[in-house]
Amino acid sequence: MPEASPEIASEPRLTSALPEAADKSLLRFLTCGSVDDGKSTLIGRLLVDSGSVFDDQLAALERDSRKFGTTGEAPDLALLLDGLEAEREQGITIDVAYRYFSTPRRKFIVADAPGHAQYTRNMAVAASVSDLAVLVVDARKGVSEQTRRHLTVARLLGVRHAVLAVNKIDLVDFDAERFRAVEADLQRHAGEFESCRAIPVSARFGDNVASPSPRLAWFEGPTLLELLETAEVGRDEAERPFRLQVQLVCRPDAGFRGYQGTIASGRVAPGDPVVAALSGRATTIARIAAPEGDRAEAEAGEAVTLTLTDELDISRGDVLAAAGDRPEVSDQFAAHLIWMGDAPLLPGREYLLKCGTRTAPASVTEISHRLEVSSGEHLAAKTLALNDIGFVKLSLAQPIAIEPYAANRRMGAFLLIDRFSNATIAAGVIEHGLRRATNIHWQSVDVDRAARARAKGQRPSVLWLTGLSGSGKSTIANLVERRLHAEGRHTYLLDGDNVRHGLNRDLGFTDADRVENIRRVAEVARLMADAGLIVLVSFISPFRAERRMARELMGEDFIEVWVDTPLELCRQRDPKGLYRKAYAGQLANFTGVDSPYEPPETAELRVETAGESAEAAATRIVEYLRDRDRIR
Amino acid sequence: MGSLSGHLRALEAEAVEILRETVACFGNPVLMYSIGKDSSVLLHLALKAFWPAKPPFPLLHVDTTWKFRDMIAFRDRIAARHGLKLIVHTNQEGVAQGIDPINHPSDHYTHVMKTLGLRQALTRHGFDAAIGGARRDEERSRAKERVFSHRTAEHAWEPKAQRPELWRLFNTRLAKGESFRVFPLSNWTEGDVWAYIRAEAIELVPLYFAAPRPVVRRNGQLIMVDDARLRLLPGETVEDAWVRFRTLGCYPLTAASESRATTLDEVVAETLASRQSERVGRLIDHDQSASMERKKREGYF
Ligand SMILES: Nc1nc2c(ncn2[C@@H]2O[C@H](COP(=O)(O)OP(=O)(O)O)[C@@H](O)[C@H]2O)c(=O)[nH]1
Repeated sequence: MPEASPEIASEPRLTSALPEAADKSLLRFLTCGSVDDGKSTLIGRLLVDSGSVFDDQLAALERDSRKFGTTGEAPDLALLLDGLEAEREQGITIDVAYRYFSTPRRKFIVADAPGHAQYTRNMAVAASVSDLAVLVVDARKGVSEQTRRHLTVARLLGVRHAVLAVNKIDLVDFDAERFRAVEADLQRHAGEFESCRAIPVSARFGDNVASPSPRLAWFEGPTLLELLETAEVGRDEAERPFRLQVQLVCRPDAGFRGYQGTIASGRVAPGDPVVAALSGRATTIARIAAPEGDRAEAEAGEAVTLTLTDELDISRGDVLAAAGDRPEVSDQFAAHLIWMGDAPLLPGREYLLKCGTRTAPASVTEISHRLEVSSGEHLAAKTLALNDIGFVKLSLAQPIAIEPYAANRRMGAFLLIDRFSNATIAAGVIEHGLRRATNIHWQSVDVDRAARARAKGQRPSVLWLTGLSGSGKSTIANLVERRLHAEGRHTYLLDGDNVRHGLNRDLGFTDADRVENIRRVAEVARLMADAGLIVLVSFISPFRAERRMARELMGEDFIEVWVDTPLELCRQRDPKGLYRKAYAGQLANFTGVDSPYEPPETAELRVETAGESAEAAATRIVEYLRDRDRIR
Repeated sequence: MGSLSGHLRALEAEAVEILRETVACFGNPVLMYSIGKDSSVLLHLALKAFWPAKPPFPLLHVDTTWKFRDMIAFRDRIAARHGLKLIVHTNQEGVAQGIDPINHPSDHYTHVMKTLGLRQALTRHGFDAAIGGARRDEERSRAKERVFSHRTAEHAWEPKAQRPELWRLFNTRLAKGESFRVFPLSNWTEGDVWAYIRAEAIELVPLYFAAPRPVVRRNGQLIMVDDARLRLLPGETVEDAWVRFRTLGCYPLTAASESRATTLDEVVAETLASRQSERVGRLIDHDQSASMERKKREGYF
């Protein structure tokens, strides 16, 4: 820092004048409302009246108002917010936007959720980071179906405080009766909130937003800004049992091993007994290490570095928890899902689940119901589509430490991620675990797969033939099996048709059933490989995700063979007459006709039957096994 | 932490969590260090987040060759002090073409020397996460920016490819060649940055503090004559004026403001009292409305 100049005395006089010197707190709130109810104008008003808009921004606003404004000569405050060029031209907002303003008492982070299509997804995003919801309604319209939807989603995501801004009160002549009617209506839907109140405002003219209005003299409550400044939204996270989801293990040298992460709940101090939730191993906290000196205590919300008195094998994804009050460890739980993917939920398909710092493969095993948000009804459902909310059961490949979302936001919130597009396709909140997996371990067996395979002189392998109907999968699989058998190998052929008549008799050809079909076949193939067999699987298996699931299940036993035959050729061959029926509209969901085939990207072998005979292909596959020492 | 107010403690913890998540989830992260106050805060947070280890990523500075000399000296000193690896990258093709901020339109200059320069550096080193100090409050087109902002293999920002961000659960999965820009200071405002600098006594480039400096008045703005490359136009004279800078960039594109604020307290007080946004001093922003969105799509941030 440069020396103070002689002309300017550097006194500490400013210190107390700085707003940050006081213990200023932070309030995160969301705003939502139907299109045109005046939400943007209201936020613009809060920003301007709290002095958070700079002069050059106001000048730009006036320029923009002349170009795009809806308010005649006066600046259109809504234009302060519309961010993206494309949106501004179309006059719509399509994504959650974040705004910031502060008063001497509080800093505010506003998650502004647009009100129209995709409302559920956007509301969920905004609610997940907010402690209070401001719902804007037009005084002339009052509480609408959309308002009720917004209240439901906010509640589901754990927002406990709501404010209804009854806007455009100028357009009902500042009428107290009208306001009271809306207020009464609100109370009928506000039951589950800890606090829920209505405030009359005119965003456009500023009445009762940042300062009280003589035109609303009959209203005895606070201004909207006052209410936001004083709202007590304190969460009780610090009062709950200690939890820390381990983010990173810090090992700068052999002498230091620190566990870094954000405290999800509770308090922690050196000497506290804790357990690693997944293994159940116990130890005590040694230090809360910090660059400015070790700390005596830390609490929920703080990002800390902990050391333990014992060397335990703890890594990212584990949870350090109070020894006397541990979280549940489970691989199955019931949860509410908000579906955000463009493609619908497929029960049985494997997705990735991220909960805290842990990511694990997971699938939905059952949809208990879909919530009809406007009526609150529970409806039966086979799938969930974009913006649907459902109550489901999930099953994970590995157990994780969880808690109900209502008890602990960080321990009970999760994302579902599509393994292919990597898109975030759902957000979930855990309701409860379904069975304690804490003490369930795989039965370890004495005769293992290696021993069984050795006895046969072959390595367990699963040859997974995928391709269109009529591509030649079965012919090739049969030839391969015959040759292997002639060499004395122990094999088994799982064929689409033979399995469908027995094991999978209950499944049809919808996307969901196809997924389940493949899942079962993959599990059976894995058991057979465990038994030491060379398994031939001949299935259309049109979806990459399921083939990947099979691959992951079987690890290096898995060999994908793509029987690549052009659709036109399959159609000409049409050995079972199925294409003829499909094209005649007598067979629905037929792969290649009205159901997609997703070609493999990572197949070990590709057979192009247009240029290679089935005999030659079979020879090539057997040679492949020999070259890789799978058969000797 | 004792002296931080509640809201700064919350912002600090959030930024530390984001930095740690970046290191946990990516193979090859980098911190885009642009030497200004936001980068200084970011580096300070990184030093805290991984302590007692060093931040496990290098610093990357995209040098346009037109930065203030004081910035370069500060950069090298800070990197050396903390023992961090510093990668300096300059778009040599731009240099060879003689692209400069004085004779070329500022948007073209920025595109070649900053945007393309950054892309080159990210591609060359194969970084999968580039941590930056940008804030959402800087400009309204940034209000919807994600904390983990997805970039295609061509470094482009696609609105459709951005993922919904809930809680602090970030989906950091990438396909080959894709990357993320990560913004730990997303929820900070300019006022928060200054208050934090003050509370944590973070050292800044001296240019933020007022001192007599050689400047010329051009188009109503004060431009510092940092070296001989800034040639005077007819009628212009160099004068010594008490000035300081609210943001820092390439010196011919960064206007100074007259000020006598020489201490941090004075600078903070002056900033918080200002009626002008910090971008007023950035000459590149005035080119066109929504110019930032275009730059973002091209990979400027
Ligand atoms: N008379 C009156 N008009 C308002 C008020 N608030 C907003 N408006 C107008 O209502 C229209 C829609 O407002 P806007 O803020 O864009 O609505 P949004 O879609 O909810 O963000 C604009 O023309 C506003 O000027 C108000 O309190 N009184």
